[in-house]
Amino acid sequence: MHVPDGFINAPVSAATAAVAAAAVAVSLRGARRELDDKAAPLAGLVAAFIFAVQMLNFPVAAGTSGHLLGGALAAILVGPYTGVLCISVVLLMQGVLFADGGLTALGVNITDMGIVTTVVAYGIFRVLVRLLPRGRTGLTAASFAAALVSVPAAAAAFTLIYALGGTTDVPVGQVFTAMVGVHVLIGLGEAVITALTVSAVAAVRPDLVHGARDLMRPLELRRVRPANAFRPDGAGTASSVPGSPAASSRRDGDQAPRRGPAVPGSLSEDRHRRTGPDGADAVAAEKTAPRRSVARLWMAGVAAALVCAGGLSYYASTSPDGLEKVAHDKGIDSKEEAHAAKDSPLADYQVKDVADERLSGGLAGVIGVGATLAAGTGVFFTLRWKRTRTAARAASESAAL
Amino acid sequence: MSAGHTHKLYRPARTPVHSLPPHCKIAAVLAFVVTVVATPREAVWAFALYAVLIAAAAAAARIPAAFLLRRLLIEIPFVAFALLMPFVVPGEPVAHLLGLPLSGPGLWGAWNVLAKGTLGVAASVVLASTTELRSLLLGLERLRMPPLLVQIASFMIRYGDVVTDEMRRMRIARESRGFTARGVRHWGVLARSAGALFIRSYERGERVHLAMVSRGYTGTMPVTDDAPATRTQWTYAATLPLAALAVCLTGWTLT
Repeated sequence: MHVPDGFINAPVSAATAAVAAAAVAVSLRGARRELDDKAAPLAGLVAAFIFAVQMLNFPVAAGTSGHLLGGALAAILVGPYTGVLCISVVLLMQGVLFADGGLTALGVNITDMGIVTTVVAYGIFRVLVRLLPRGRTGLTAASFAAALVSVPAAAAAFTLIYALGGTTDVPVGQVFTAMVGVHVLIGLGEAVITALTVSAVAAVRPDLVHGARDLMRPLELRRVRPANAFRPDGAGTASSVPGSPAASSRRDGDQAPRRGPAVPGSLSEDRHRRTGPDGADAVAAEKTAPRRSVARLWMAGVAAALVCAGGLSYYASTSPDGLEKVAHDKGIDSKEEAHAAKDSPLADYQVKDVADERLSGGLAGVIGVGATLAAGTGVFFTLRWKRTRTAARAASESAAL
Repeated sequence: MSAGHTHKLYRPARTPVHSLPPHCKIAAVLAFVVTVVATPREAVWAFALYAVLIAAAAAAARIPAAFLLRRLLIEIPFVAFALLMPFVVPGEPVAHLLGLPLSGPGLWGAWNVLAKGTLGVAASVVLASTTELRSLLLGLERLRMPPLLVQIASFMIRYGDVVTDEMRRMRIARESRGFTARGVRHWGVLARSAGALFIRSYERGERVHLAMVSRGYTGTMPVTDDAPATRTQWTYAATLPLAALAVCLTGWTLT
């Protein structure tokens, strides 16, 4: 959608350039407020990110692919002011370096793709994020809607500029229909990608999602005293952080003696990092979430696993997955030894003597889940029993001393 | 990284065009493009003269014609749009192509966009291939662009390769695990990559900022080389837009 030179006449180009300059000036002040003297490096890196992510291709179907435009994403992740700055800088560099978009049309391009998308997306996002329920689902839905509207809005803004100063009199109605029609489709893709990306960032660093900064509690550094680890029921750790899911607090307890208290290291390294279930030294403590009982969690897990294994594998693709496919393509598997259990009744995820391939796959899934569950639960109970005994013995010894 | 911070468009050489101060070149190119856009489209010969002017500038900068023409391909999406114009614009049909009427105003519109757009791209390509990135930013700063904006742009340029490389490594990591994105089903994985890329870029920004603060950064960059352009250099740079202006004025008086 980069407009070249000569598409919009000179007076309207000048007017949009003035609009763009004013908006950039306002954003410069705003970004200073948002980021103070961090503005230059952070906005620069985010601009580099937008530039890079525009090169990330999302395959649609049959060889076609699309890419992110990034206006809505930038607005949601770093805020409207910094977002406008980043997109404008990206457009400026694209115009000057890669001749993508004309120099005289720079004002049109910035107004259209930088300002309209960012402002529209941020406005819708803020309204929705207040209305929708808190949490990642609401956040994802709000980003979806924001990105979905922002792209056709830019197309509509372009039509308006074109109606004012287009050098050719294509009927405005036609331009509007064509532009908005095409861009609703593009916006749909943009919305899916933006929502998924925002959700991925919110899962790991919710403090970086600027649009939801005041809605999500910041991650907090949680230290677990080593002594708690020896409590058999994990009650000590759970009580130190009220409301955290029982499973994760127990894991904290397990790891606490090995990890010890968090060492304050370099500023950016130890800040609120959560790298998944293992990096448990800083876990988002969702205070609002009620503490679920272990039994209910367990039941829900089993149900989900059964549905996935039985129901979804019925529909799953029969083509081999990642590693199997690579092996097959590269001929690695020609020398593959047959698995020792290939004659077992469940070999290759199929139940023997069940003719229908899909039904057989589903059945094998259910049986597999059952077996895994039994084995896992057995191991878990054995470990817990052992730890209880060890702790009890330690307690009795210390009492004897 | 070992190649330094030059972009693929830059063609190092020692020509009078290369050695001009960057802000003169930027101002000249901008004035030239504005003049081209302001020319009436009926003056067809004027655009031919502009093309000659650009070709002369490219020859002075020893830019091969093939390179210049290859860079013009970036225009293609709008060329497609322009080629549709004769069919959709209402107006008196002046010719027929495969039975479809070609309208007069549509043809003029298509010509207008094609000619001006191509000349604009060509001028930008000449600028980008004779000016280094750093001096381009320096030129923008001397043309009174807000320093903060210049800083943001320079950080973007400086770390653009780093971030792109990071994305490339993530792609290689995905592919070495047997992942190939084939359709909409795989968007989740790609979006998570994009999210991870954002977090890494943001954290790198924080680290860069801390490193700068520890070296005495207070929000403004020191000016290390402030060599104003001489009058001769300005005159030399102004030949292109002045010649274009002469063509433009002739175009307005003749049509």
